[in-house]
Amino acid sequence: MSTNVSPAMAGDTTHPHATNDVAIQLQGISKRFGAVRANHDIDLTVKRGTIHGIVGENGAGKSTLMSILYGFYQADSGEILINGERKKIRSSKEAIACGIGMVHQHFMLVDTFTVLENIMLGAETHSLIEPSANDARGALQALSDNYQLSLDIDAMTGKLPVGEQQRCEILKALYRKAEILILDEPTGVLTPQEADQLFKVLDALRKQGVTVILITHKLREIMDITDSVSVLRRGEMVAHLKTSDTNSQELAELMVGRELQVQDFRRKTPLPAGTENGIEVVDLSLRDAQGKLRLDKVSLQVKRGEILGIAGVAGNGQSKLLEVLSGITSPDSGTVVINGHTITADKPINPRQLREYKVNHVPEDRLKLGLVKAFTAAESSVLGYLHQEKFSWRGLLQLSTIKNLCKKLMENFDVRPGNPNLKSASFSGGNQQKLILARELEKKPEVLLIGQPTRGVDIGAIELIHQRIVAMRDTGCAVLLVSVELDEIMALSDRIIVMFEGRVVGELNGADADKATLGLMMANAHESDAA
Amino acid sequence: MPDWLLAIFNVLDDALLPTMDATLRVSTPLILCAMAGLFSERSGIVDISLEGKMLAAAFAAGSVAAVSGSPVLSLLAAIMVSVSLAMVHGFASITHRGDQVVSGLAINVLASGLTVVLGIAWFRQGGQTPSLDSSARFMPIDLPFVEAAQSIPFFGRLYSEVLSGHNLLVYVGFAAVWLTWWVVYRTRFGLRLRAVGENPLAVDTAGLSVGKLRFSALVICGLLCGIAGTYLAIAQNAAFVKDMTAGQGYIALAALIFGKWRPLAALLACLMFGFLDAIAIRLQGVNVDFSLSLFGNVWPIKGEVPVQLIQSLPYVLTVVLLAGFIGRAIAPAAIGVPFSKER
Repeated sequence: MSTNVSPAMAGDTTHPHATNDVAIQLQGISKRFGAVRANHDIDLTVKRGTIHGIVGENGAGKSTLMSILYGFYQADSGEILINGERKKIRSSKEAIACGIGMVHQHFMLVDTFTVLENIMLGAETHSLIEPSANDARGALQALSDNYQLSLDIDAMTGKLPVGEQQRCEILKALYRKAEILILDEPTGVLTPQEADQLFKVLDALRKQGVTVILITHKLREIMDITDSVSVLRRGEMVAHLKTSDTNSQELAELMVGRELQVQDFRRKTPLPAGTENGIEVVDLSLRDAQGKLRLDKVSLQVKRGEILGIAGVAGNGQSKLLEVLSGITSPDSGTVVINGHTITADKPINPRQLREYKVNHVPEDRLKLGLVKAFTAAESSVLGYLHQEKFSWRGLLQLSTIKNLCKKLMENFDVRPGNPNLKSASFSGGNQQKLILARELEKKPEVLLIGQPTRGVDIGAIELIHQRIVAMRDTGCAVLLVSVELDEIMALSDRIIVMFEGRVVGELNGADADKATLGLMMANAHESDAA
Repeated sequence: MPDWLLAIFNVLDDALLPTMDATLRVSTPLILCAMAGLFSERSGIVDISLEGKMLAAAFAAGSVAAVSGSPVLSLLAAIMVSVSLAMVHGFASITHRGDQVVSGLAINVLASGLTVVLGIAWFRQGGQTPSLDSSARFMPIDLPFVEAAQSIPFFGRLYSEVLSGHNLLVYVGFAAVWLTWWVVYRTRFGLRLRAVGENPLAVDTAGLSVGKLRFSALVICGLLCGIAGTYLAIAQNAAFVKDMTAGQGYIALAALIFGKWRPLAALLACLMFGFLDAIAIRLQGVNVDFSLSLFGNVWPIKGEVPVQLIQSLPYVLTVVLLAGFIGRAIAPAAIGVPFSKER
């Protein structure tokens, strides 16, 4: 597909004067960070009272653009018009004064404060807390009635579920009289049900004349709720479209700049009856240091040549399961047989032994467990294997071997830039992930444990990662996949189990799974129907 | 009143009251410093330079009092010096996002060296400032009705002997605790102060300046350290003596952590440390001679009380109690991390 530039369809006007119904207009915004061109000559027009989506891959410049609008960064050139007036936005304070509110991807809340304290922070009406709080209480009551945003404002913020924390952020913006609300990847941390609720709120806001900008990489959300959408690619606006005139496929291709194949990765033919298990878990339980039960009698099997997807809202035991299976944590009770080797509480195992047993692990948090940010790519590419003689002979690093291997990994997995001497931190998330995947898959595992393989990874890289995982399965590897992305789970898994509060609450065949059922299982709300 | 009760009161009067009196005196600089540290650390700036600021302030107070003879002028000078050092700390750790511990340590080393060098250069008394007349010092003041209260056993004497008869700065120290509590928990500034120590990004996106808030906190920190230093040089003592803070800034910091960064709990911790110190002072040179029977053995205990042992108690207690007995002290979440907008 060609670079489809169709300027400003959404606003239908680029004249700065005829702007009565235009809330935001950006003209020729450019921003460089050193040699990187984060935003280049960006135009954007957003009509008042609409929901406008901005999509783009990671690093396409979405966040930079919104940071410019919210006063975090200054544009090198270009103009910002709010309600038709030229504005200079140099700080959050000035953005707030322009009526702009922002709900950040990582919430900007003080966990030890109550919701009320968080909301009034910085917008107190009085120099003492109590009168300010009383004023805020009244105003919030009116706001939550208006927009169906119910929330216990005296609750401790850090203890609320993320959906409610997000509502607190929205209220915070509205309390500051925001007429333009920017949401940065708002559904990344929500269950499908929480996301639906959020969209109801956004819809109510739209009806009241609030302008919403929704930044996301989830095209389904764009299609569901936005009125118009702009696509960013490598710092440039490549399209402004009416949502009703486009579809997910077109948007995805605009984002990536090339055609994408729609693939169904699930097994076409069932496994033969007697296929042995690569992983067999029986009644596995685990308590954390605080004594809280994190895994509660989990049982599951993964056959060789099968991908088992584990769905669930983050924090319901999936991470702990991965930790136990990969030998990082020892179980309290239960048995794990992994690639023919038994692990119990009395007979723990460590990750290195497991690697020798051809069990490889691509951890969920690549920056914490996958690589060392300050190491070069070459150093990160041998983490966990340094004891092997070819990498360290009598304690001396075999630098050229390590570098050559890293180079080979980078070629095989299309890691860019392909330079083993660069610091791990300077690669994009997708390329870091590809490097880790390359390191583990190159060992030809018989059992593969993989957590959040595409978190923060762009579409192009997702395609490659998915293909490689499926290729492993096709060679007979048993794959256990943990992901909070339902689309990913559904695209890859031959079988899906759902975890809730450390228990397995449901199991589905990959072919039978749909989002609604999985969503209910993830909230453990399906049982009443089943019973 | 029955005789036995009177007897108990008499014992308390003789043993406890003087110790309590001494406790208040030695606790005052700890309390002022702990409150100073509370402002700084609640805003997210680690402050190990309480010690250095207090020392420099003490020297400033001693010097100005020796030259001018005015305690108020000395207090102002001490506060000025201490606030200036706090601003140096702020410049390094807020403006330039330097390491807060390194900056604090630098201030401590600077204060320890510079006070002696300047002291020798100006007064030629081996680093000490000249001894002061009482007119140049903060002298004890009697609270009202002291005469009348004297005759009431225990409670009356508690009032007249323990609470009354301190210099103004002791009362300022206690007022500072209440004021700190009020500012931190009741005012808009306090709300913002607590927020900036927990999540500065939240403060920034709420349209407030993280730097301004942290600098304001450091100004208050400097002010309180200045009062503490003044107390040491021209209220509790009559001259500045080389290294006269003797680690009290660190003890105050320990008390602050002990009190989980809360004013009243920190006050209690300071009083406990002060009490141990007061006991150590009272037991100095006391001889004991008795036997202790334990596990069927009789242990003769005889000789001078090892004061060093009691003096080391605050430190030992800090380590032992912080290691688990009082529960984990959860620091402000953003403490020690320089704020940067870049993500």
